[in-house]
Amino acid sequence: MNALLLDRIHFGFTVTFHYLFPQLTMGLALLMLVMKLIALRTGNERWNQAARFWAKIFAINFLLGVVTGIPMEFQFGTNWSEFSRLTGGVIGQPLAMEGVFAFFLESTFLGLFLFGEKRLSKLAHCGAAFMVWLGSWISGFFIIVTNAWMQHPVGQQLLPNGTYEVVSFWKFMLNPWAWLEYAHNMCGAVVTGAFVVAATGAFYVLEKRHEEFGRLFLKVGVIAGLVSCIVQVFPTGDMAGRYVAQNQPAAIAGMEGLFHTQTNAPIVLIGQPDEQKQIIENPLPVNDVLSFLIYGTTRAQVKGLDAFPRSDWPTTLPLLYYSYHIMAGLGTWFVLLTVVGAFLLRRGRLFQARWALWAILLSFPLPYVANTAGWMTAEIGRQPWLVYGLIRTAQGYSPHVSAGSALFTLLGFLGMYSLLSILWIVLVYRFISTGPEPVAQAKLQPEAPTTLTAV
Amino acid sequence: MGFVWFWIVAVMIAAYVVLDGFDLGVGILFPILACSETDRRTMIRSIGPVWDGNEVWLLAGGGTLFFAFPLLYASSFSGFYLPLMIVLWLLIGRGASIELRMHIDRELWRSFFDGIFFLASALLAVFFGAALANVIRGVPLAADQTFFLPLWTNWRVGPAPGILDWYTVIGGVVALVALATHGALWLTLKAPGKLEDCARRAATWLWTALLAVTFISLPATVAVRPTLLNNYQAHPVLFIIPALVIASLVGILSFTHQRRPLAAFLSSCLYLVFMLVGAAAGLYPILLPSSTNPGHDITVANALTGAHSLHVGLIWWCFGLALALTYFTVSYRLFRGKVSAEAGYGH
Ligand code: HDD
Ligand code: HEM
Ligand code: HEM
Repeated sequence: MNALLLDRIHFGFTVTFHYLFPQLTMGLALLMLVMKLIALRTGNERWNQAARFWAKIFAINFLLGVVTGIPMEFQFGTNWSEFSRLTGGVIGQPLAMEGVFAFFLESTFLGLFLFGEKRLSKLAHCGAAFMVWLGSWISGFFIIVTNAWMQHPVGQQLLPNGTYEVVSFWKFMLNPWAWLEYAHNMCGAVVTGAFVVAATGAFYVLEKRHEEFGRLFLKVGVIAGLVSCIVQVFPTGDMAGRYVAQNQPAAIAGMEGLFHTQTNAPIVLIGQPDEQKQIIENPLPVNDVLSFLIYGTTRAQVKGLDAFPRSDWPTTLPLLYYSYHIMAGLGTWFVLLTVVGAFLLRRGRLFQARWALWAILLSFPLPYVANTAGWMTAEIGRQPWLVYGLIRTAQGYSPHVSAGSALFTLLGFLGMYSLLSILWIVLVYRFISTGPEPVAQAKLQPEAPTTLTAV
Repeated sequence: MGFVWFWIVAVMIAAYVVLDGFDLGVGILFPILACSETDRRTMIRSIGPVWDGNEVWLLAGGGTLFFAFPLLYASSFSGFYLPLMIVLWLLIGRGASIELRMHIDRELWRSFFDGIFFLASALLAVFFGAALANVIRGVPLAADQTFFLPLWTNWRVGPAPGILDWYTVIGGVVALVALATHGALWLTLKAPGKLEDCARRAATWLWTALLAVTFISLPATVAVRPTLLNNYQAHPVLFIIPALVIASLVGILSFTHQRRPLAAFLSSCLYLVFMLVGAAAGLYPILLPSSTNPGHDITVANALTGAHSLHVGLIWWCFGLALALTYFTVSYRLFRGKVSAEAGYGH
């Protein structure tokens, strides 16, 4: 394995692992805020208890987001030094802004939110929840602006020494790609949050423990899930696809597994791409749909991979194809599930429909899969470019860091993150099995909190 | 612009050292000062609500460095590859141990995380000190301003040094002692009763060690990088900085004896700030000196990013920092006063 490949795996692995945590915290922050607001309006203490319960799960995920996020911030320099040197004048800006505007906000107000309930007024505590939500969504924004510039660079200028700098701050910040990506991505985070809340509710109702909370969580989760899943597919997912088709035509061809340019292009629901023979094996195509989705008419011509030189094809093509199909397939499943769930809820039958509760319970890992697959789509689709149209991935890695060093640290992260995963599962499981009832909690923890997570 | 951003980055790094420094120090003293589970809880509790915010200064400082001096970020982070990765692992372990120790009420579980908390805190202090010493000593920068350093070679400050040599080890020890002192002074401020007395005694002992290593490190620094004195000779007013280092050292001891823990702690903050400012003032306008050929130095001029970014940056940075300072004031005020193991934060 050469250093370039290892650096790619290194970054891909660590960022994928990191994103497991923010996707939940960003989604949950919004749902906790909703719970606090309902509590404030109705004065019903149950909602406060619910928010308190989720705050514990939030805190542990936040912690893991922090400790796995810190390495991300430095990996641009360690493993992608040429990239940093060439584009630091551009992407350094949002990264620095994220630190100054988002991380300070989050870390302070999380402390207030977790410890401050007794000291702050009800309204102020609600305000703290708002600030936590705001901080995490600002944080997501700046990182997406960074990524969007790599997908679709705007507002920059090439300097005589070969590096890039921003010439128009506003053009850079208002990159249309960033706003679209942000909408789709944040909505995806809400999907994760909603499914985790709903699945916990389904678990309690099925187990016949903490049933009152179970029903509360199901309500919040299914409604938030319904809205976010629909918005996730339409309009944001649809627009993302069209935007990619316009700006990264080779990427969309790879995502759809379209080897040959054609009119009335079909969409392939399932099938395995064979890169050598340039065909899809065992395909299940639906004619005209792809042309229609991208151009609004079934007649339109869609460029296939054969329209591009081989050197511009996304690398690891099958992975791109599968990632995209997994995301879109799961998106369809989520819409179905939440529509049925919401229908049953409306009819007042959800809490008795064990089959539906089982489906909700078992679906909780799927948004994680869909979000990861979505990022793989975006990132692999961008290949072989590091910054689309400007810098190739092979130009960006650290030439002086040997493959041996990169492998060593990759293995180190693998080991470390395996351990963190185990701790995470154990602790979240304990929180969920203890449940939101205050009695059980009192035995576990001393009265006063010690640190961010030990609430 | 270069001058302004140099000092902005320097101030952010200094803020990181002062703030995260005391919670690293608490970690270093953790197995030494804590005699019981109650003490351990008190110590953790004294940093519990603030350590994460303190660490954000590292991130914000790192981000600002990346933004203003991309060349420096690219070259140094890949050049110091292995030690930086080790630092990242230590930061992960430390953050996890502070937060997770309380979650399961078992002796073994807690001891495991206590051990990691101590080891990670102590090693981080050493690595940060060694890192600063590497910057002062210089690294073998090639003509394209890149380098790669192994962890160690023959421990000599020669043309092919490692990250660790006798000089950078001194730097690591200075940092270890300085942050331990800083942590002890924080605890005299925050801990009640017996623990406070223990911390005060530890601070006095550590002070002697700090005095010794500071006075070893200053001539060693001048020996390793004589050019550090050029700025001082050109602007003799700068000699006030070493004088202030000494004054703050005196302050630490006398305020500790007078039982004025806040003043002693602030003196220790000033000590750290002036040590860093002293080094930065000597280096300016060099960011990372080359140990082989001064022509290859990374300087403010050749690492600075474009003018538009820097202008825009100055606006949002001032705004963002004002917000951050507000948050810190709110948070430290809310958690002010002594902590105790069983009751909430000081009342
Ligand atoms: C719950 C998660 C989830 C679900 C159900 C979907 N997506 Fe998605 N998708 C993401 C989560 C996600 C993501 C992780 O948030 C990505 C990665 C980068 C981004 O901005 O969003 C993404 C990226 C992404 C991209 C790539 C953009 C690029 O190349 O930069 C496209 C074209 C789509 N999505 C399209 C869809 C369509 C047509 C869906 C429905 C059928 C869909 N997504 C469902
Ligand atoms: C959490 C979401 C993200 C996930 C899951 C993700 C995933 C990946 C994966 C799988 C790769 C390897 C691609 C390949 O080698 O073919 C990669 C590469 C990379 N990504 Fe991302 N990414 C995410 C977000 C980001 C963001 C926000 C940025 C920029 C700020 C970014 C920058 C990069 C860089 C620099 C590389 C290395 C070069 C490359 O191989 O393209 N990623 N990412
Ligand atoms: C290369 C990409 C990334 C870098 C450099 C990065 C950096 C970081 C850092 C340093 C932290 C810790 C902050 C603290 O101390 O409070 C963090 C946490 C966080 N990151 Fe990332 N991150 C990356 C990818 C992402 C992506 C793709 C998202 C979402 C869109 C994201 C959202 C967050 C959020 C919301 C937090 C707050 C902590 C949490 O909720 O878990 N990050 N990130």
